[in-house]
Amino acid sequence: MFEYLREVVIGAKSLLVGMAITAKYGFSKTVTVHYPYEEIEITPNFRGHIDLVLNPKNGKHKCISCMMCQRACPSGCINIHAEKPEGAKKKQLVSYHLDFTKCSLCANCTEACPTSALEFSNEYNLVGTSRHDFHFELVGRLNARAEALGLVAEEVAVPEPPAKPDAGETQSPDSGE
Amino acid sequence: MSDLVNLLFTPPLGILVAVLLVVVFVFTNSAVLVYVERKLCGHIQRRPGPYEVGPFGILQTAIDGLKLMGKQILIPNGADRKLFMLAPILSFVPPIVAMIVVPFSDSVQVRDLDIGVLFVLSLAAVNVLAILIAGWASSNKYALFGAIRAVAQNVAYEIPLLISLLTAVLWTGSFKLSAFVDAQTGSVLEGANWFVFTPWGFVAFMVYFITGMAETNRAPFDMPEAESELTAGFHTEYSGMGFGLFFLGEYTNMLLMASIATTLFLGGYHLPFVTLGGSGFFIELMQVCIFLLKTYGLIFIMIWIRWTFPRVRFDQLMNFCWKFLIPVSMINLAVTAIVLKLGEL
Repeated sequence: MFEYLREVVIGAKSLLVGMAITAKYGFSKTVTVHYPYEEIEITPNFRGHIDLVLNPKNGKHKCISCMMCQRACPSGCINIHAEKPEGAKKKQLVSYHLDFTKCSLCANCTEACPTSALEFSNEYNLVGTSRHDFHFELVGRLNARAEALGLVAEEVAVPEPPAKPDAGETQSPDSGE
Repeated sequence: MSDLVNLLFTPPLGILVAVLLVVVFVFTNSAVLVYVERKLCGHIQRRPGPYEVGPFGILQTAIDGLKLMGKQILIPNGADRKLFMLAPILSFVPPIVAMIVVPFSDSVQVRDLDIGVLFVLSLAAVNVLAILIAGWASSNKYALFGAIRAVAQNVAYEIPLLISLLTAVLWTGSFKLSAFVDAQTGSVLEGANWFVFTPWGFVAFMVYFITGMAETNRAPFDMPEAESELTAGFHTEYSGMGFGLFFLGEYTNMLLMASIATTLFLGGYHLPFVTLGGSGFFIELMQVCIFLLKTYGLIFIMIWIRWTFPRVRFDQLMNFCWKFLIPVSMINLAVTAIVLKLGEL
């Protein structure tokens, strides 16, 4: 009989303790993030698709068009188009196509790059209605980023056409470092 | 003006108006409770609950209701079509009918039956039948398991429920709901005015509250619809408004259970310290507000309990009823009887 009553009292007390806990949490702040309106900062270790590194001084990339990344890629998802314009000493990057649908995020390209011109982006809000939405042109993305940062968009846009030799000279000291 | 009032509230048209008011009240109650429950559940789990539709998500239940109405009612192959369609109606109508004896205030009560308590109990018991029919007619093993559990549980918990109400009936000496309210007037300082303030009344109230939660099949006693074991129990096969009616039935049952508890144990529409006299419109409004405040306070506690405790196992459920609730309520009834008899001497 005593055991029975003891069990009843202990049981009732534990129920009240439980309710106190839920009441406490019920009145505390919610911890959820309202995703489309709010986003949490993603860890720097996150591997999004690769992106060209932006040189914050001049808003340009560091690519020397050596094709190492394209050769290192096991999935063959990198396609670089570079041209050597008349009078220029070095090849100029015209376009850098990434087929992200095939990429396995193995980091061989970023390791292979001799000038550290490639990095993983923190882009995780990727959505598309067809697989072609995941074919990225990285030079265009870099220019857009440079423009958003206010790094003289015209100067960046000028060197892109391969016919301008002066662009090649400004770029070569950077990439030669 | 008074002609219009007479026309609207006397039999030929009055019946229609009364039915309309009751249905509107019941639907609004369910819509609000669904929203409140989801909101409370969310905050207990440290998330905001409904959030997108309307300010603070208040239109969420309206949208959900529209969605349910727009959905097709699927009847599984091999189901008993007539019984399958009958079950949701049977679960939804009795609690609404039982609401007619609930005294919201001095005059806001549809019928003050002499056997009010019995009337409510007999109609509340139909819910078990509706669940059994739903589970049986679905031709689905999970639904049938849910129904079997519901019957076992509700039959067991009906006993302490009846005994705890019988304690209140002994105390008042009447089955009439208005008599319970009248017996609980006055100030608490002059003696226990509400039944719940007496020791036996408190025990009876606790037993009634626990069994009421079991009767309405709410967590932690939601064995008939245990999601993790039985998908959704007896309403597994229901879609659209069939499911919606079960939901309305559940929330109306909660309201009925809480309003009976308020009437019998918590002084109905009376305040603990003063008696609201007179019969003006303002007094009536105050009484209705007090009544609803108490009722929804109880419902709030039910929701809080639901989101706090895990579901009991079936043997625990039965042990709790047969080894604890029934003996306690029986002893309580005997003690009440003795105390009342001694008081008379």
